[in-house]
Amino acid sequence: MSDATPRPRGEPGQPPSLFPPYRSTVLRSPREPLVRIPPTLTELTGPAGTWDALMGPAIADLTRHGRGPGVALGQRIVVTGRVLDEDARPVPDTVVEIWQANAAGRYIHRGDQWNAPLDPNFTGTGRVVTDGGGRYRFTTIRPGAYPWGNHRNAWRPAHIHLSLLGPAFATRLVTQLYFPDDPLIEIDPIANAVPMPYRNRLVARFDIDVTEPNHALGYVFDLVLRGRDATPWEA
Amino acid sequence: MSDAPEGLRRTAPRADNQDPALFGQTPWQTVGPFFHYGLPWKGGADLVGASGIGARPDLFPAEHDVLHLAPPRGPVTGEVVALVGTVFDGEGKPVPDAMIEIWGANAAGRYHGEADTRTGIPLDPGFIGFGRAAVDARGGFRFLTLRPGRVPLAPGDDRRQAPHLAVGVFGRGLIKRLATRLYFADSEGNGDDPVLALVPEARRRTLLAPRIAEEPPTYRFDIVLCGDGETVFFDL
Ligand SMILES: [Fe+3]
Repeated sequence: MSDATPRPRGEPGQPPSLFPPYRSTVLRSPREPLVRIPPTLTELTGPAGTWDALMGPAIADLTRHGRGPGVALGQRIVVTGRVLDEDARPVPDTVVEIWQANAAGRYIHRGDQWNAPLDPNFTGTGRVVTDGGGRYRFTTIRPGAYPWGNHRNAWRPAHIHLSLLGPAFATRLVTQLYFPDDPLIEIDPIANAVPMPYRNRLVARFDIDVTEPNHALGYVFDLVLRGRDATPWEA
Repeated sequence: MSDAPEGLRRTAPRADNQDPALFGQTPWQTVGPFFHYGLPWKGGADLVGASGIGARPDLFPAEHDVLHLAPPRGPVTGEVVALVGTVFDGEGKPVPDAMIEIWGANAAGRYHGEADTRTGIPLDPGFIGFGRAAVDARGGFRFLTLRPGRVPLAPGDDRRQAPHLAVGVFGRGLIKRLATRLYFADSEGNGDDPVLALVPEARRRTLLAPRIAEEPPTYRFDIVLCGDGETVFFDL
């Protein structure tokens, strides 16, 4: 536990809370400065080791998770990688939750009413827990791009939402995975909240060695959580 | 061994997630507006019982509901409290697409995770202390949990914190989680809590939840993201 203190703040690759090109941030981001506090026992702990009791069983294959026996439509992909700390050490026992649009770019969410088709065999949500080497793996469908109302002719690049919850409240992370060579990334306000070159940390790499013959294209995406050091409370 | 034919393997570096030169913290991105079927599960806001509060099953077709009730847990030890509140934006309007997470110690003051190694304080097998709730269409949330015990400040620092919960706020328009804390306004220990002491005095009230009802004791914790009465958020 003594080495679980997150590193100093101010990581240059993190986006601001207020980023006016993403319009919804304007009325939803704090104007007062954040109050800096050293991590206490509260922030250094987290619900690791409780996932099944908390959330129920894992869902690793999103292509066969519809109500019927059918299989989801679209380009089947494997998304795999490791969860690491800033010293590149694996972080086991972290829950990785994902949610995404289907191959046509439509979510099953009632709030998503654009006229792309729904897929009765695709829910678009999954969750797994990282193994001893910090590894996770999903089989899913490559999501489509979709329009949104931020500005005229706004389209989100194809993306998968990821949520990570591990041993510490302070290392919580929610992010999005993008696909290489997607021309929408560079004109997307949400991706652009992250300055270059750090934005590229959100772009998965296609990997022929992860690709499964006659089954699915493979993408690698590692996630790096805030690191640990031994900085003591210094009030 | 590679599956690519000899001579056709790409070797030029490309700036992406796997570039060693780019290694570092993964940037935050918003949960967006469509997280409701991916994150909050039924019962996620009830840390002590078996109700289904916390999810928004009205926002996706029933046949797609894969986020089932958590497995039954045993009885818990301590005083059950309810936490209610509304999330507001910078114009004082309720935010209907936010999500709240809480993390708290058990009634004896021990955290459930492996990172709390203080074996002298009992774990409560029926109580994990983590909860998640999507707000409703009017921006409201409700948690049922245990009143947490007091915990030491940090490993090797025995100054005690007042009973509190760590609170995370997520939502459309929130690129990063906002981290705050709920303290119980009528609790012992608030006067010398080392974290509250770091908060400018005029703003401390935003973290002190008043008791507004009984059976169970119910505390109101509104969250103002921006502007007048803005909640104190922490840089952890
Ligand atoms: Fe999305």
